[in-house]
Amino acid sequence: MSTVLTTRTTRSGRGPLADLLAGGGRARRVVWVLVGVLVLLSVVRVISGQDALTSSSTMSAALLLAVPIGLAALGGLFSERAGVVNIGLEGMMILGTWGAGWAGYQWGWAAALAGGLVFGALGGLLHALATVTFGVDHVVSGVAINILAAGVARFASELLYTDNPAGGGVTQSPALSSKPPVLSLPVLSSGPDLLGSLESHHWFLISDLAGVLRGVTQGVGVLTLLAVLLIPASYLLLWRTAFGLRLRACGENPAAADSLGVPVYRMKYIAVIISGALAGMGGVFLVFIAGIYRENQTGGRGFIGLAALIFGNWRPGGLAAGAALFGFSDALQLRSRTAVVALLLLVALVLAVVAVWKAVQRRLVQAVLAAVVAAAALVGFLLIDQLPPGIVSFTPHVTTLLVLSLATQRLRMPKADGLVYRRGEH
Amino acid sequence: MTALRRLGPALFAPVLAVVVAVVLSSAVMAALQVDPFRVFEVMVDFGTGPSQQITALVVILNRAIPLFLAGLAVAIAFRMGLFNIGVEGQYRLATIIAAAAGAAVSLPGPLHVVLIIVVAMLVAAFWAGLVAVLKVTRGVSEVISSIMLNFVALGLASFLLTGPFRGSAPGSQIVGTADIPASGWVPSLNGVFDLLGLANPPRQLYGFLIIAVVVGILVAVLLNRTRFGFDLRASGLSASAASASGVDARGMVVKTMLLSGAVAGLIGLPDLLGSTHAYTTNFTAGLGFLGIAVALLGRNKPGGIALAALLFAFLDRALVPLQIADYPASVVTIIQGTIVLAVVVANEVAKRIARRSAERGSAEPAATGGTTTAGGSPDQRQEVQA
Repeated sequence: MSTVLTTRTTRSGRGPLADLLAGGGRARRVVWVLVGVLVLLSVVRVISGQDALTSSSTMSAALLLAVPIGLAALGGLFSERAGVVNIGLEGMMILGTWGAGWAGYQWGWAAALAGGLVFGALGGLLHALATVTFGVDHVVSGVAINILAAGVARFASELLYTDNPAGGGVTQSPALSSKPPVLSLPVLSSGPDLLGSLESHHWFLISDLAGVLRGVTQGVGVLTLLAVLLIPASYLLLWRTAFGLRLRACGENPAAADSLGVPVYRMKYIAVIISGALAGMGGVFLVFIAGIYRENQTGGRGFIGLAALIFGNWRPGGLAAGAALFGFSDALQLRSRTAVVALLLLVALVLAVVAVWKAVQRRLVQAVLAAVVAAAALVGFLLIDQLPPGIVSFTPHVTTLLVLSLATQRLRMPKADGLVYRRGEH
Repeated sequence: MTALRRLGPALFAPVLAVVVAVVLSSAVMAALQVDPFRVFEVMVDFGTGPSQQITALVVILNRAIPLFLAGLAVAIAFRMGLFNIGVEGQYRLATIIAAAAGAAVSLPGPLHVVLIIVVAMLVAAFWAGLVAVLKVTRGVSEVISSIMLNFVALGLASFLLTGPFRGSAPGSQIVGTADIPASGWVPSLNGVFDLLGLANPPRQLYGFLIIAVVVGILVAVLLNRTRFGFDLRASGLSASAASASGVDARGMVVKTMLLSGAVAGLIGLPDLLGSTHAYTTNFTAGLGFLGIAVALLGRNKPGGIALAALLFAFLDRALVPLQIADYPASVVTIIQGTIVLAVVVANEVAKRIARRSAERGSAEPAATGGTTTAGGSPDQRQEVQA
């Protein structure tokens, strides 16, 4: 969706960014931010000569890495919009991976998807039972589910896979019996592969755009497509239907919702079960990539999904942006350790702009601070060839933190998020 | 009678919780065709002979010390309404830097230990302070920043371990920092067993136990008997009320996180100074996350946290015997998760029963007020549904 918008505005030409950023509606601002990011990346690529920055292989890896985080975040969105904090996303994701492995090795990829959804939803059901029916603190229940899910997955693997003729063991399942289908956009990304040839010219901006487009349209898995479509679908469901309004009412003011006849408990149950199913689907995605269930496959992605949700201000578009940012920087560090250094140049450029901006606003302390960090980043870019693997591994986390601390904080979580609602006590 | 009524709910909740946890985990085991009775038998079997039994107790205590410190670190932040999910990163980074610092210098006995402890506390407090500074200056949610900083800390620790702080011989199986010289070790408490006339086990009881107890008492006093503790608890109960009464909310966030981090810095030290004497690739991990569960189980109070840490340590001890007896050791994790859930559910149920009996026993008008609101809503609901 976003890529279509990007092409339209690049055709209309680049104007003074500041003027245009101030005017126009929300959609226009988003488009300009996307264009700005692309131009910036393109400039940095040309200067540093790191083609990995916008290559289609980086972009497709970014998509693969962003999808599970985005799905977990989307799961969190449903639950938290209904007023239930979900720290247990990680655990539900673990259950999803195990369910996918267990169903997948017996009946193929479609069953794996169903298995992951069901197991994740079971985790959600447990969370709903604890938080809604028993009124337990949401964080406590979530933490318990994380511990419990890891234990259950290990326990079940020990029992079912240790002497299994199909393979597997204490920490992994037998391989999936069939692979999910993969799609590519005809002509542009497969066959003649027009975007691929454009990309290989390394022209300023054009090749970058082609790289991005090719990366997200070539060899895309069914689940990826489904996950991307779920973002706008969730928006429509939550903000454009009566069901969504009721669900969000439970997260903002459950007593008021109750007085208007919304079945608050039932809505919360539905929301948290959907939440678990989506987190489980994130787990299925990981199993599809590996073709097998492995212990610790989730690697804390549930927590990062939670971070992406807060990053995105409890909104589908925002959490998708958070997941994409994380996926991109993660892909970059996995594909090329030298390209990560080019990110320092990006930081230097952005902070230089911030410094000038703050100086114009006469906030001298912040301006000087930004300028100093920008200079340090520039020196880093010029002096460092390659970062050691330990340092590079946390590029996405530092990037997320940097973006968060630079962006103005106008986050607002659902008003009754995390509060236990008991009917008749409010 | 009144004493019984007051004690009833307090005793009822934990008993109910343990029963529920045992029943639930037995059901899971039975469903997967593992005999739950045999498993529980293995768990409570501390071996034959006094030496073996004391050894089992030492293993439990040694495991409980870091769990207690981890729970304490998490609880300090919780009491103020902050969720320090970053204890894991804080203690891992603190431990490796403290191990390297301890190995690099050589000082006379107690000074050496003090230096290592101070370094660990400072590093972890700094790491937690980052979270606080990001929160008060830029409004970054402490949940996100501490999750992200966890990954950064683990990355940094692995970089330091394989790079500048590497002390093990190249090509050896386990990569680790150089060993801390003997002057930096905390002596074991095994002399106590001789004094008490008990069998002296081969396993060393960590001397850090005393430090942990002192820290626990200090934290309890700080939270319950000082102005700072009052401000902290008040901010946790109602941030707006606290700041209205003159509490500096931003300052409290920074101070609380620094304190929580400083305690988190101690988590790795019982193992480091008591047995391993170096930070290696297989140094105890995951204590920060378990600390969250321990703190919640102990209801964020030092005494409760100590009991919760002992319970978790008791369950963890069963890991090896269960494996030897050829039972799935992950049962332990399942029971831990179930207990946390069961305890909080039982607390809620007990609270509700207590409230209901209180309502029945007193205040007629309050009860009628309750029935009118309860009677009002179903009618409205029917209207809307119709």
